Amino acid sequence: MSPTTLYDKIWDAHVADETADGTCLLYIDRHLVHEVTSPQAFEGLRMAGRKVRSPDKTIAVPDHNVPTTPDRVNGIENEQSRIQVEALDKNARDFGIHYYPVDDIRQGIVHIVGPEQGWTLPGMTVVCGDSHTATHGAFGSLAHGIGTSEVEHVLATQTLIQKKSKNMKVEITGKLLPGVTAKDITLSVIGHTGTAGGTGYVIEYCGEAIRDLSMEGRMTVCNMAIEGGARAGLIAPDQKTFDYVMGRPHAPKGAQWEAALTWWKTLYSDDDAAWDQVITIKAEDIAPVVTWGTSPEDVLPITANVPAPSDFEGGKVEAVERALDYMDLTPGTPLTEVEIDTVFIGSCTNGRIEDLRAAAGILKGRKIKEGMRAMIVPGSGLVRAQAEEEGLAEIFLAAGFEWRLAGCSMCLAMNPDQLEPGERCAATSNRNFEGRQGRGGRTHLVSPIMAAAAAITGRLTDVREML
Amino acid sequence: MDKFTKITGVAAPMPLINIDTDMIIPKLFLKTIKRSGLGVNLFDEMRYDDDRNERPDFVLNKPAYRNTEVLVAGDNFGCGSSREHAPWAIKDFGIRCVISTSFADIFFSNCFKNGILPIVMPKEVVDVLLKDAEKGENARMSVDLEAQTVTTSDGEVFPFEVDSFKKHCLLEGLDDIGQTMNKIAAIDGFEAKASVERPWV
Ligand code: SF4
Repeated sequence: MSPTTLYDKIWDAHVADETADGTCLLYIDRHLVHEVTSPQAFEGLRMAGRKVRSPDKTIAVPDHNVPTTPDRVNGIENEQSRIQVEALDKNARDFGIHYYPVDDIRQGIVHIVGPEQGWTLPGMTVVCGDSHTATHGAFGSLAHGIGTSEVEHVLATQTLIQKKSKNMKVEITGKLLPGVTAKDITLSVIGHTGTAGGTGYVIEYCGEAIRDLSMEGRMTVCNMAIEGGARAGLIAPDQKTFDYVMGRPHAPKGAQWEAALTWWKTLYSDDDAAWDQVITIKAEDIAPVVTWGTSPEDVLPITANVPAPSDFEGGKVEAVERALDYMDLTPGTPLTEVEIDTVFIGSCTNGRIEDLRAAAGILKGRKIKEGMRAMIVPGSGLVRAQAEEEGLAEIFLAAGFEWRLAGCSMCLAMNPDQLEPGERCAATSNRNFEGRQGRGGRTHLVSPIMAAAAAITGRLTDVREML
Repeated sequence: MDKFTKITGVAAPMPLINIDTDMIIPKLFLKTIKRSGLGVNLFDEMRYDDDRNERPDFVLNKPAYRNTEVLVAGDNFGCGSSREHAPWAIKDFGIRCVISTSFADIFFSNCFKNGILPIVMPKEVVDVLLKDAEKGENARMSVDLEAQTVTTSDGEVFPFEVDSFKKHCLLEGLDDIGQTMNKIAAIDGFEAKASVERPWV
């Protein structure tokens, strides 16, 4: 047999039909659903008198709209948000799919809940009406975001119409230096490729620095594959993956576990597999980074200065002018002199227990700057419970952080957690687009420890000074 | 789905690169449970000021571009989220075709599901089309899907590539689900085989 990549293997195992021009029906093993991109899809099913083909493989959880304050048990105040969450409630019940309602401790961000509950397993195809579905690629599962029409298509047929993407290998060699995290890896890769560099590709991340990451860190890396334009990000499963999965509520057990493990161990790219593109980055060249503009590719080491439009070429010159104006930054200013007023730690990029532990490591015994608005939003109710059990919540509260309930929160500000015009936030989320965290709000993407450091000093800060 | 065969209409230039889906339709408008009515909020933050007045310098607010049917845009159009609200808003505004050097993957695919034709052209061609679009209302661009050509107001013709399956679906206005339902036997067969090979799924 000719050598193949991990992507080739998962793809081949899921093609249910192929036409002459290469258009395939890809079978979908897990379909995750949230309240924002699904109502029109369920409505479409109703209108056509169709059912959900595989309710057992379909999992729903509200996350984007839900408030993260304790009063949410009394209902959602914003009428439109409430209607969306109620629609999901009704759709989940009517169509008999798995469901974690707002008051269930397992509720949280869909991409955190899936792996946590053992829905996401190596070698699977996973889709969700959300671009950050790439997160699940950390398990060696082919996971991508889809639009609402495709949500309806998967609900009705359990397949997706797809053509195969190209293979890209991103290798991070060697070991990370202290203070450098999975977030810095993924942002640095985007800085390297640009936000369109991955278009048409599925990326497999590999190399020593990736192997060394925990499952949480790997999820952070894959989460932002979409910001590099890729259809999906993948990491080959290994012992860490199997250890993480074992014993989770929906992971296989007994003889099925053994059978699954046997297959999972074959899921890697052959040594001599052909790649359409290869990128190699040395781990030691990666510094703690921060974004200065309004695209995730606008990334620089924290030790750098704000760039000038003249540092760029082509269409990027105008985009940088616009970004600097929006961000209210002057070229040449050291990034460490940029003052912030808000810190957000959370999201499907960095809302897992390890992220919270890392932030707590910096915040322990320290206080946030006076006047700073700082919040930690755990990625799920279970992450929150674990952080409380480990004493992390006390550290956050003592430092002056707000300790919220699970949801997407200020990552996209569809719930009441929003920036006011002109406010500047160090955020652990994944997008710094104009208005992303609230109209006129300014976002600097960073790792959890960099966010914690910024909360203490009130400006973008090199966390290595605090280690 | 609406068919797309041939259109001739006003083209608007938006040379900015990396126009993301948050710009196309801000999240505020994702709270709807319908597909319709989003056109007034297309490019909302660029289009209106804080008091909800139109910004006169934004291209689609200019009298010449009120009836835009073709958008000629900068690189990497539609990056960001998977929200189908972006093509819904574009369509509701009346735009049926977007031309750029590159599109984000999910947005590209979402367009086809909604009767919108996204066309990838080389940089030199997009530059010519941007220039043509600057002429405003009097310059009408034609897009012919059957022939796979874009014709400028001066009659200059540029061919484009399109996936044959997607072209067929757009020309006929075919609904994906209906077509896949015709292949249900293949899906049943796959499921039967997979349940033996990977029973834990
Ligand atoms: S946390 Fe942010 S990026 Fe992740 S699913 Fe929620 S809104 Fe999307």
